[in-house]
Amino acid sequence: MNGAERVAFVNARLVDLASGVDGPGALLVEGRHIADLGPRLFADGVPEGVKTVDCRGDVLAPGLVDMRVTVHETSETHKENLVSAAQAAVAGGVTAMAIIPGPNQVIDSPAQVEFLITRGLKTALTDVYPYGAVTRGTEGQALTEMGLLAEAGVVGFTDGPRALADADTMRRALSYGTLFGLPIIQHPEEPSLAAGGQMNEGEISTRLGLQGIPAAAEVMMIERDLRLLELTNGLYHVAHVTTAAAIEVIGAAKARGLAVTCDTAPPYFGLNETAVGEYRTFAKLSPPLRAESDREAVVEGLRDGTIDVIASDHLPQDPDSKRLPFAQAEPGGIGLETLLPLVLELYHGGALGLGEALAKVTSAPARLLGLDAGRLVKGAPANLALIEVEAPWKIKEDDLVSKSKNTPFDGRPVQGRCRATVFAGRMVFEAVH
Amino acid sequence: MRSARGQAYSPVLMNTPAPDTRFAPRHILGIEGLSPVEITYLLDAADGFVALNRSRQKKSDSLRGLTLINLFFEDSTRTRTSFELAGKRLGADVINMSVATSSVHKGESLIDTAMTLNAMHPDVLVVRHPHSGAVQLLSQKVTCAVINAGDGSHEHPTQALLDALTIRRRKGTIGGLVVTICGDIAHSRVARSNIHLLITMGARVRLVGPPTLIPPMIERMGVEVFHDMKEGLEGADIVMILRLQLERMRGTFVPSLKENFHFYGLDADKLAAAKPDALVMHPGPINRGVEIDTSVADDIDRSVITEQVEMGVAVRMACLEAVTGTAAATPAPKARRKNKARP
Repeated sequence: MNGAERVAFVNARLVDLASGVDGPGALLVEGRHIADLGPRLFADGVPEGVKTVDCRGDVLAPGLVDMRVTVHETSETHKENLVSAAQAAVAGGVTAMAIIPGPNQVIDSPAQVEFLITRGLKTALTDVYPYGAVTRGTEGQALTEMGLLAEAGVVGFTDGPRALADADTMRRALSYGTLFGLPIIQHPEEPSLAAGGQMNEGEISTRLGLQGIPAAAEVMMIERDLRLLELTNGLYHVAHVTTAAAIEVIGAAKARGLAVTCDTAPPYFGLNETAVGEYRTFAKLSPPLRAESDREAVVEGLRDGTIDVIASDHLPQDPDSKRLPFAQAEPGGIGLETLLPLVLELYHGGALGLGEALAKVTSAPARLLGLDAGRLVKGAPANLALIEVEAPWKIKEDDLVSKSKNTPFDGRPVQGRCRATVFAGRMVFEAVH
Repeated sequence: MRSARGQAYSPVLMNTPAPDTRFAPRHILGIEGLSPVEITYLLDAADGFVALNRSRQKKSDSLRGLTLINLFFEDSTRTRTSFELAGKRLGADVINMSVATSSVHKGESLIDTAMTLNAMHPDVLVVRHPHSGAVQLLSQKVTCAVINAGDGSHEHPTQALLDALTIRRRKGTIGGLVVTICGDIAHSRVARSNIHLLITMGARVRLVGPPTLIPPMIERMGVEVFHDMKEGLEGADIVMILRLQLERMRGTFVPSLKENFHFYGLDADKLAAAKPDALVMHPGPINRGVEIDTSVADDIDRSVITEQVEMGVAVRMACLEAVTGTAAATPAPKARRKNKARP
């Protein structure tokens, strides 16, 4: 397109493992797309008429793709709406959010899907990809109009924070879902074992007098679903895996060639159940923070590739939902702005290479959901994150952009932060230092 | 008054006040974290009130002018009455507030209730709540002292202290005793507070109950677990019986009260496994024929259940003085408090 603005990002370290890119170079954005990139691009200087951004040796990576975000767009907007979530997202280098249904925003009709997509376009800070509910009202019984939801643009099906408990319904969802090539995403928790549970079952729950949720509640739901997957040849994705047993079972299923994928979230490799401490409700999550041995298994699962994706599991809650006795507090933590530094902990700690770590939040989720995102290639959308990989800072709830401040990582020193975020060729965020 | 070096009557040193050896915590929220010295201090202080409570004139005035609010979010008769008596005997103005669970449905949050009461400038809030950790949460939002009168399945510190005082007065010591706690451990705050206290003071603690009522990994608190009641009672000095907390149970933990009594009800036959002079304790309210046989509950040689109730008032008086900083300056000889656990 004639007259499209051209911006050259020079002196960058380009990182996109999926495209085999990792090294010094430059990248040219033309309009909304990546026009060119490479180590020798602009070796003879940037031509006139092209705006130049000096990356000063920092990492230029694809904008992050966060496949698990809850917003409260149609109700409880005081907690977070699409605009505030998108602002938080770009502050954290995230340029694509997949929106999961919640109890008050079930996304079980094409109208709701179109509403979210339209709102996302209007927000124009990130891509917005809604999931559709598997069952009407996410109540676990009657299937939604999955085909119409798929035509409306959903990227997968999930009942969000609710486990799809009924085996027959899950079987039919997996089976019917094969028509559309979209994954069925499960919250892996046997509800009858988790009922009334507040945190991981173990020594700490016993000491605190809180009802525990056994780690087995996770793996048994996954084991059941894998049997149904074998019956149906569907696509199955396990959300936020947290236990060693679950990761082992998923690894074995992958080895058998089953179409199963999974993700985890930073709390599950960055924290363990001790974070609950003296009834800290910000550490009340679903699934709950687990034992240290499980946390180690999550890191290992990321390292060996059993866990495909890291998602933020962004679930905003207002103070009144958290300033309650532990048993009454709502579960969940925000994560959009802290996803990047916490993923980089895996790199700084030596568990993953830089390219591998970033792939878990860029190319891997994009491939899983079939999105045109998460890559540094010619012609791809110019959604980029400029990352100071070594920059030290401290996560403080008051500094976060999100409307809700419920981060389980409050006070944590981290390394690596987003310097700038480009969405559709436009600079949508620049850090002020 | 003597200085640390033993030089008596130095004009300078005479004006130096003796180090304050009182235990004056801001709140009493649980036994976990209290040291043997602190526990011993509270027991000594409580012991001092037993005689007063037995005399005809029961009034002291250490809390005169202070206000105590009993804030109970859960039904209670004995604990509330015990705190009320304790407060009144020390001269405090006592108000009882029973916040039925329905008022939570009116929309006021725990913290709002706490802030409202706090604005009336009470000196002590005694709080019971059905949720674990709720009293601690409330204590962070008020400026007065808070005593936990039981939070969910977490802690009930004054119950553990009154149990310890009962034991110490009968047995002379706590360290080295074998204490068997039987029944619904999983839902019991009394069990948790007692475990913390007894282990801290050097007792051996055994738990007896069906596997469904023993919470996971409780061995990590330093106890031994038994599922056969007679085995668990073998050679025990103290037998504590807990009630089945049916109101906290979701689903079936024991098939029936009859079956529970058959395996875990304390009767003379099972009690015979314990030491001949073993004491039988129960935090109440007791359910005869469910967890304890009437003949055992009423055996004046063995059962100290009513004595526990008596010690409860004394312990709560000691706790009220501790959190209000109104205890007498020299309640007990220094040397004794320096000992970790009494032998």
